[in-house]
Amino acid sequence: MSYFRAENLSLHFGGLKAVDSVSFAVEKGEILSIIGPNGAGKSSIFNLISRIYRPTSGRIFFEDQDITEQPPYDIAKLGIARTFQNIELFENASVLANLLVGRHRHSTTQLWQEFLFLPSVRANEKVHRRRVEQVIEFLDLESYRDKLISGLPYGVRKVIELARALCSEPKLILLDEPSSGLNVEETDDMSFWIRDLKNDLGITVLMVEHDMSLVNRVSDRVIALNYGRVLAMGSPSEVQQHPDVVAAYLGA
Amino acid sequence: MRFLFKTDYEDDIKLFPHSGYYFSYGILFALLLVAPYVLSSYLMSQLVFVCIYAIVGVALLILTGFTGQASLGHAAFLAIGAYTAAYLQKYNVPFPVYFLAGGLFTGIIGAMVGFPALRLTGIYLVIATISFALIVEEILARWESVTNGNEGMRVKTLSLLGVPVPRDSPGFYFLCLAVLVLTIVGTLNLLRSPTGRAFVAIRDSETAARSMGVNVALYKVKSFAISAAITGFAGVLFAHKLSFISPEMFTLQLSIEFIIVILIGGTFSLHGAVLGAIFIVMIDPFLTYLKDDMPGIIAGVAAAFGAGKERAASIQSSVAAFASLNGLKGAIYGVIIMLFVLFEPLGIYGRWLKIKLFFQLFPLYKRATFKRQKIYVKSERNR
Repeated sequence: MSYFRAENLSLHFGGLKAVDSVSFAVEKGEILSIIGPNGAGKSSIFNLISRIYRPTSGRIFFEDQDITEQPPYDIAKLGIARTFQNIELFENASVLANLLVGRHRHSTTQLWQEFLFLPSVRANEKVHRRRVEQVIEFLDLESYRDKLISGLPYGVRKVIELARALCSEPKLILLDEPSSGLNVEETDDMSFWIRDLKNDLGITVLMVEHDMSLVNRVSDRVIALNYGRVLAMGSPSEVQQHPDVVAAYLGA
Repeated sequence: MRFLFKTDYEDDIKLFPHSGYYFSYGILFALLLVAPYVLSSYLMSQLVFVCIYAIVGVALLILTGFTGQASLGHAAFLAIGAYTAAYLQKYNVPFPVYFLAGGLFTGIIGAMVGFPALRLTGIYLVIATISFALIVEEILARWESVTNGNEGMRVKTLSLLGVPVPRDSPGFYFLCLAVLVLTIVGTLNLLRSPTGRAFVAIRDSETAARSMGVNVALYKVKSFAISAAITGFAGVLFAHKLSFISPEMFTLQLSIEFIIVILIGGTFSLHGAVLGAIFIVMIDPFLTYLKDDMPGIIAGVAAAFGAGKERAASIQSSVAAFASLNGLKGAIYGVIIMLFVLFEPLGIYGRWLKIKLFFQLFPLYKRATFKRQKIYVKSERNR
């Protein structure tokens, strides 16, 4: 059984088939990239997994559990975290506050305990704070800890998105175009971090990406999509040389 | 300028970032403690209203400021708290019991309002909460067996553990102050724990909050319930302060006053609730002053500029007629809101922070520090 599995996943908006019976599997501990031209349905697949959209048909399995009908907030509780293509950070909060929200799935305190800020709440907060600090250290965000998001440059926000997802200590992380809007240097950093996610933290990565050099550097396997359908699946070089993929990108 | 060096995770958790806060809040607290023995009875009465309005302001801040759910129905929550107290008092229920009951019952009603509000955002939510307030007002007027209808209900003097606490006594002021302080501390505690962070997350991006595992619906309902419950507690105190309650006290205008409290005070910090409450309570004597003295002053000025006696008298009477127009108060409130939204969206507390920063950075303060910037990356958000 695979770690994460999508079976005949479809998403139709009226007559438009954004995702058309796509099936794929992610093995534990691998980095799988989804590529494809604009509008191929890559981000839609992510939105289906994190339940922002409800699939028209098909099923999603994670650790042998059917998660197709799970409410959106339970997806994170299961250990699936995600980042967004158009950064969805909490603008008017500090970096630290943003990262602490990432810890939400681990919060166990009750409302009345929080009102009184009992010692148990305080102890929990310190645990959260320590875990957040580890992520801050991992991603070199020390200098931004107390800054407000609304004053930060785009590249940093992108890293904070990744950091917030990591704070939830996910088993599977969905990265939606982690390098979009980043310059060459920042993209380099990102590629090292993505490798580290897999090698050091043992997190399985599912990634949508346009930057082929990044895809080649980090991916174990690649899926190419077009018009909501799978064109090719395999190692990065195999997929890039697949005639259908070449046709989709360059026109035939 | 003070630089804070954090050496412990505790530094991010504690309420007072540095020792200066103990000093300034200590002085404030001491002043508040001696106030009843120094100030006139009129100012004391106003101070009690400041406390009550500030409690409601904190409640509204939780809902509107931190969770991002607007409400124009808080007068109704206040009314529910007040009427619960008045009704239970008839059956000789002791104060601590009906105080708690008033808050809890209002909280339950708040949660019930929260459920239909889950699908509404922005202006539609405002309309829904106004409708709720109108429904409550109507129920209070019609359900005569319980609420005594439009004739209103008399509220007996508060008695705490057998000791009477008249509404003008220092004891009552201390009670209100204690409730306010407890509310503020409780809310601050909430805001530095997971629930408070979930509220702020919902305000800024529901999609992101959901993908981080926040049950958005549950937390919105929680926010409504907490906000309503705190307002209910304020309602019990309000009923005792007025010693008489009737439906026409809890109108839309009161809800608007509560919105003004947080808009003018500043929606991003609990300081705003207190500053806004001071503003709204103190604007009333100011308006009375305008009404009573303004016509005479303007007539005097006109006379000084050479207007005849008859002319001055006619100016005086027309100014007096204008000052006692119906709805002038509402119009003034409207103008105040507009001016604040346009020129000081961060409210009085925001202005205070700017002044503070000016002196801390002197002479390096730049106006651009607080300039609102266009946000370019906020596009195509999934709501």
